[in-house]
Amino acid sequence: MNRLPRRLVGALAIGPIAALGVFYLWPFATLLAEALTGGAVSDTLTRSQTWDVVWFTFWQAMVSTMCTVAIGIIPAFVVARFEFRGRRLLVGLLTATFVLPTVVMGAAFLALLPDSVDRTVWAVIGAHVAFNLAVVVRVVGSLWEHLPTDMEHAAATLGASRRRTLTTISLPLIRPAITAAATIVFLFTFTSFGVIRILGAPGTRTIEVEVWRRATQLGDIGGAAVLSLLQLAVLAVLLVWSTTAQRRHSRALALEATAPRRRPRTTAQRRFVALTAGAAALVALVPLGALVARSFSTPTGWSTNAWTDLGRVEVRPGIRVGTDPVEAIANSLTTAAWATAFAVAVGALASLAITAAGRHGRLIDAGLMLPLGTSAVTIGLGMLITFDVDPVDWRASWWLVPVGHALVAVPFVVRTCVGVLRSVDPAMTAAAATLGAGPVRAWRATVVPYLWRPLAAGGALAAAISLGEFGATSFLSRSGGETMPIAIEQLLGRTGTTLQAQGYVLATILAAVTIALVVAVDTIQGIVDARVTGE
Amino acid sequence: MTAARNIAAILAASLAITACGSDDVAEPDGDGTVAVGPPPTAPAASTPTSDETITLVAYDSFPDADTSLNEALASFTATTGIGVDILRAGDTGTMLSKASLTAGNPEGDVMWGIDDSLLSRAVADGVFDPYVATGLADGSVEISEEFLALVPDGEATPVDYGDVCVNYDIGWFSERDLDPPASLADLADPAYAGLLVVQNPATSSPGLAFLLATIHEYGLEGWQDYWTALGENGVEVVEGWTEAYYERFTWAGGGPTPMVVSYGSSPPAEVIFADPPRDDSPTGVIEATCYRQVEFAGVLRGTDAPEAARQLVDFLVGDQFQAEIPLNLFVYPTNEAVTLPAEFVDFAVIPEQSRTLDPAVIDANRSTWIDEWTELVLG
Repeated sequence: MNRLPRRLVGALAIGPIAALGVFYLWPFATLLAEALTGGAVSDTLTRSQTWDVVWFTFWQAMVSTMCTVAIGIIPAFVVARFEFRGRRLLVGLLTATFVLPTVVMGAAFLALLPDSVDRTVWAVIGAHVAFNLAVVVRVVGSLWEHLPTDMEHAAATLGASRRRTLTTISLPLIRPAITAAATIVFLFTFTSFGVIRILGAPGTRTIEVEVWRRATQLGDIGGAAVLSLLQLAVLAVLLVWSTTAQRRHSRALALEATAPRRRPRTTAQRRFVALTAGAAALVALVPLGALVARSFSTPTGWSTNAWTDLGRVEVRPGIRVGTDPVEAIANSLTTAAWATAFAVAVGALASLAITAAGRHGRLIDAGLMLPLGTSAVTIGLGMLITFDVDPVDWRASWWLVPVGHALVAVPFVVRTCVGVLRSVDPAMTAAAATLGAGPVRAWRATVVPYLWRPLAAGGALAAAISLGEFGATSFLSRSGGETMPIAIEQLLGRTGTTLQAQGYVLATILAAVTIALVVAVDTIQGIVDARVTGE
Repeated sequence: MTAARNIAAILAASLAITACGSDDVAEPDGDGTVAVGPPPTAPAASTPTSDETITLVAYDSFPDADTSLNEALASFTATTGIGVDILRAGDTGTMLSKASLTAGNPEGDVMWGIDDSLLSRAVADGVFDPYVATGLADGSVEISEEFLALVPDGEATPVDYGDVCVNYDIGWFSERDLDPPASLADLADPAYAGLLVVQNPATSSPGLAFLLATIHEYGLEGWQDYWTALGENGVEVVEGWTEAYYERFTWAGGGPTPMVVSYGSSPPAEVIFADPPRDDSPTGVIEATCYRQVEFAGVLRGTDAPEAARQLVDFLVGDQFQAEIPLNLFVYPTNEAVTLPAEFVDFAVIPEQSRTLDPAVIDANRSTWIDEWTELVLG
């Protein structure tokens, strides 16, 4: 199948592998070597608490994932197949819900829940579903919108009901994307931290929370390392299964480069689209609305002061906050730009390598997902004791934070691209070869062009993730200004009405920037697509 | 319109930052070139005594620019020629874990903010180089014996202290003609059932301090019964300070509980950061519940600029820097010569007798206490 010269595949793969090795595997291994002791292993594995935590982590992630996929598939379909006003905005809103820091969204979500659900596992699962809907909509949607509609039409012509068409034609075809989305959602909910702490019953812990607690609150770095390894082991099994399944189920399809979206025609369709889009928008808008409301609210009434005073140095004569929101916005944008550049470069090379390398591609694919499943504490501490001597004395280098963000973002770029690249019909490459193109030329002409569109989408997601990233940033030591999520956490961590309101102002801005970013990229794509079809 | 202006500001600011960023990157190279070049020429000569730059490692809430605290540090640089970079390493627990992992090859030269409950671990892990500040040695700086006794061999220097106390919503209690509780025991009184929210001591520093206050009051064998009583009286537990204060507290979060574990300095902060401005604090402190936390600064073992690091520690306990502590960090200066700002005198409470436990006892028992507490209150 793979007729590309090995050297080319190797050259594509070397960059991503090196990045993963230096910034993930090496620090993680160093920390394990430093902290892992026989005592720590036996202490941790014999503590019954450990297994309670592992079981809870597993089942809540399983339930959260199943609910998210089952619910998310509907808006994914609507967004991929129908053109309607506000479609891009809807995707932008959902994406913002996904990437906004949980300290902010969790609090907003909490305010909306009835007291009887507050701080229960149902609140946790509900929040997981709401926050991860975007993953299903984007990952599944990006393949779905490329699926040729003729098979569906053929089935319909042959008398298949809409439902039958869905279950026998569409669902099997998008199965790899569903697996991919489910894998990401599972990774995220399995390693959930903020949602558990804010919405869960007190004392509820995922492995991620317990790793953090052991490493930072109890100083038990050995115990943290064992748990982190345990977490990774569970996820590694899942990843191997998932990447195998994706490969097995991915079929070559005559992908259509442009989205065959149409406006809903019948009344039933219009209702269905309106209902789905409306419900999905509510899920995103209601917490965002709570956020905006809080930026205007004080214990004694409404006030616009937090907005008008934003960036003012002195809160009162001689008193300054020390957290500059405007500076934080600038810092976040710069960091996001770098993180996106890293993530897109690594992600593009990796996606091409993964699809070109056949079975070995699976390893790169799974490897790049690992950082998502590793606790941010372990990576942060690992980097600290790895990059501490010349010539790799990189501690507190400004670029370490965007690299950390890129580690988290690369899997999204890869997931978005690989699904599309895998579906490129080999017959096209074969045709190119028949016409006299060498393997490299044929690949460049038939496969590579399909990369740009998902790459742009993946890049937007990477930028959005970087804007909202909290975990890795907070565990790396930083000099200079803070990113928005950290500044928000700091403002909300101090007493004082002004500080609280400014925290929510910043959160609102973060949400707005994220939505604007995602909508802008989608719009540009739309224009490009229109031009392509116009020709 | 505002949005457009904001976006413009964002873009402009991001360009500015990019520009600054590249300057920062260029700097080390610049220095390197100067060192290699043969004659040490003019520009550097204007700085007073030294051109070293050292790093002060601090917790996240330490301001890194723009405040009077940073201006004080700038004046240190102006007089000594020693530049000070601030490196923020996470919350106090995270900062200590990092310091322990890198003991001997530290991230910076001086560390600010290890509190007394973590001090013995820091000392045992060899984080600090013992050093007694010059001002303390020659008597020009006075710090309470109570604090100095925690560091008999100059392991580190006490730089500030504060209290964790139950705060209450003054308006809520006065509307109901109810007197706020006056003791820890009162909190378990059915008259105050369901009125208190605390943080989980397993994951929150004020939560742990409040647990320590109850252990101080009821002893190693008695605190469990007290917490059982608190539990029966409907104490609410949340994970962290932000959730407790901004979600559950009646005053700040519009929540259901008029009492919350927070800081002794929260009332003055409510005045200083009030919107709209106000002259009195909406919240008060229940003095009998207060637990004292002392924070330390010290020279990090393995620093390559020990002399400059010591000078910085001298400065950190000096009158000038200490005077800036209350309104920036919302804790009290240890230096007894410093006069407190009016807001602190009027609204903050320094309990006559705050509670403390021996740091070594805390360190030895912390994990057990937390497990027992979890079993008892959440289990």
